[in-house]
Amino acid sequence: MAKQIEVSDLDAYYGSHKAIEGITMTIEPRSVTAFIGPSGCGKSTFLRTLNRMHEVIPGARVEGKILLEDQDLYGSDIDPVSVRRTVGMVFQRPNPFPTMSIFDNVAAGLRLNGRVTKSETQGIVESSLKDANLWNEVKDRLNKPGAGLSGGQQQRLCIARAIAVNPSVLLMDEPCSALDPISTLAIEDLISKLKNDYTIVIVTHNMQQAARVSDRTAFFNLAGQGQPGKLVEMDDTSKIFTNPTQKATEDYITGRFG
Amino acid sequence: MTMSPVITPLAFSRRLKNRIVQGLVWLAFAIAVVPLVSVLWLVVKNGYARFDAEFLTHSMRNIGARDAGGGAYHAVLGTLEQVGLATLISVPIGLLTAVYLVEYGQGRRLSRSISFFVDVMTGIPSVVAGLFVLAFWVLVLGFGYSGFAGALALSILMMPTVVRSAEEMLRLVPNDLREASYALGVPKWKTITRIVLPTALTGIVTGVMLAIARVAGETAPLLLTVFITDSINTDPFTGPQMGLPLYVFDQAQRPNVTAVDRAWAGALTLILIVMLLNLVARLITWWRSPAKGR
Repeated sequence: MAKQIEVSDLDAYYGSHKAIEGITMTIEPRSVTAFIGPSGCGKSTFLRTLNRMHEVIPGARVEGKILLEDQDLYGSDIDPVSVRRTVGMVFQRPNPFPTMSIFDNVAAGLRLNGRVTKSETQGIVESSLKDANLWNEVKDRLNKPGAGLSGGQQQRLCIARAIAVNPSVLLMDEPCSALDPISTLAIEDLISKLKNDYTIVIVTHNMQQAARVSDRTAFFNLAGQGQPGKLVEMDDTSKIFTNPTQKATEDYITGRFG
Repeated sequence: MTMSPVITPLAFSRRLKNRIVQGLVWLAFAIAVVPLVSVLWLVVKNGYARFDAEFLTHSMRNIGARDAGGGAYHAVLGTLEQVGLATLISVPIGLLTAVYLVEYGQGRRLSRSISFFVDVMTGIPSVVAGLFVLAFWVLVLGFGYSGFAGALALSILMMPTVVRSAEEMLRLVPNDLREASYALGVPKWKTITRIVLPTALTGIVTGVMLAIARVAGETAPLLLTVFITDSINTDPFTGPQMGLPLYVFDQAQRPNVTAVDRAWAGALTLILIVMLLNLVARLITWWRSPAKGR
């Protein structure tokens, strides 16, 4: 299920503006990889290249190579829609579908992607909600609107929705930045649990969060305004937070800049 | 040195200004409401006399020039058919145009020119739409007067309204939802049909209703394309039909009281039909909206 990602020499553009440059890294399966770095350094852009969501924005394009277990995600014969089925994504702001109930939200990916029987859907929705630690809170009101939940519950609903389609990789773009500490804790617990089955990549501005949940950490930085963002270094989280190789990483982590 | 501000009682002049502006706002509101209410009142008062079962179930066939009685059944039928056909033509085209403008055409030259021509179409006087269908469909192509010709003229008038309102509603759908759907591996067309359109449904239905209300009362284009008849013609594709606005127009210019009464009753019927349609649309959107379960 969980798959390894290998990125080599990746550039991403918005029109003529180069947002990230020359990124090479390996993301291990069944682990949590955190991306940290100052705002505008291209963490989110890079994350979105991993499931070809980057190119959804008009004028955006990517150069370079991303291998998901030997399969080139940017190969000419690859359907971006199928890439997104394999590499799921959770966004910064919880975004449940407002016209759908809690149940339908979780079932959305299954139903919109094709044939599943009613009983299959039932089972997958239940197990996804259980995996997202939300089942006990919503099991009695599955046909109420998803937008009626609290922010933290909505985010867990979005995670349930993402894992219901059974992806190999789960990308999370600052999933806790809009949540209170208790909901954040719930999501972090969930991440630690999910990493047994998925390859998880998380972008975060919260250093403690990166230190708490991730196994590997990548630090991104940009040389200056208008310059493309670059990967400064990537290592085991314990090493990055105690003994980083680069001066810039240490400065950022200790709060001397950024 | 500036003095630090002192808390003072409310000055009389400001209180006065407040009163005056408040009065002006109320006055403006009252002036705006007066014609609205008086039109409604007048139509109800004058239309009430002939608004009966006979009126709604009989046509004007074999009703002599001075006879009382008769009704607008043929006109109600014609209006429903013409407006229905116009809706069937203009809503799919208008909606698809709006989908193209919002979801596919962003910033492209084609979408900019479509936008421009939709704006131009909004300004077309209704009689011009009627003349166009008269010249093109009725005379050049030789299809003759029919309810369908009227529906064509009405759909020309409806289309820009539908496009504009649907476009606005589609733009209101947050991009987050589209991205959430893409991230689940849902193709773009399915994202549009299953996520974007249902989210915007309430607004789109309201827009369509406004467009229908706008064309239901159009007289000039129908006069040129549907013509006028006193008999029931259930087939909108052949022969002249009647429509409620035409009926009002026709009856109101006849020189006797019974006809004028019928005209008022026709106007009342038209208003009631539009109100009823609005009510139905509200019910549909209420029934479809998830908020009711909350």
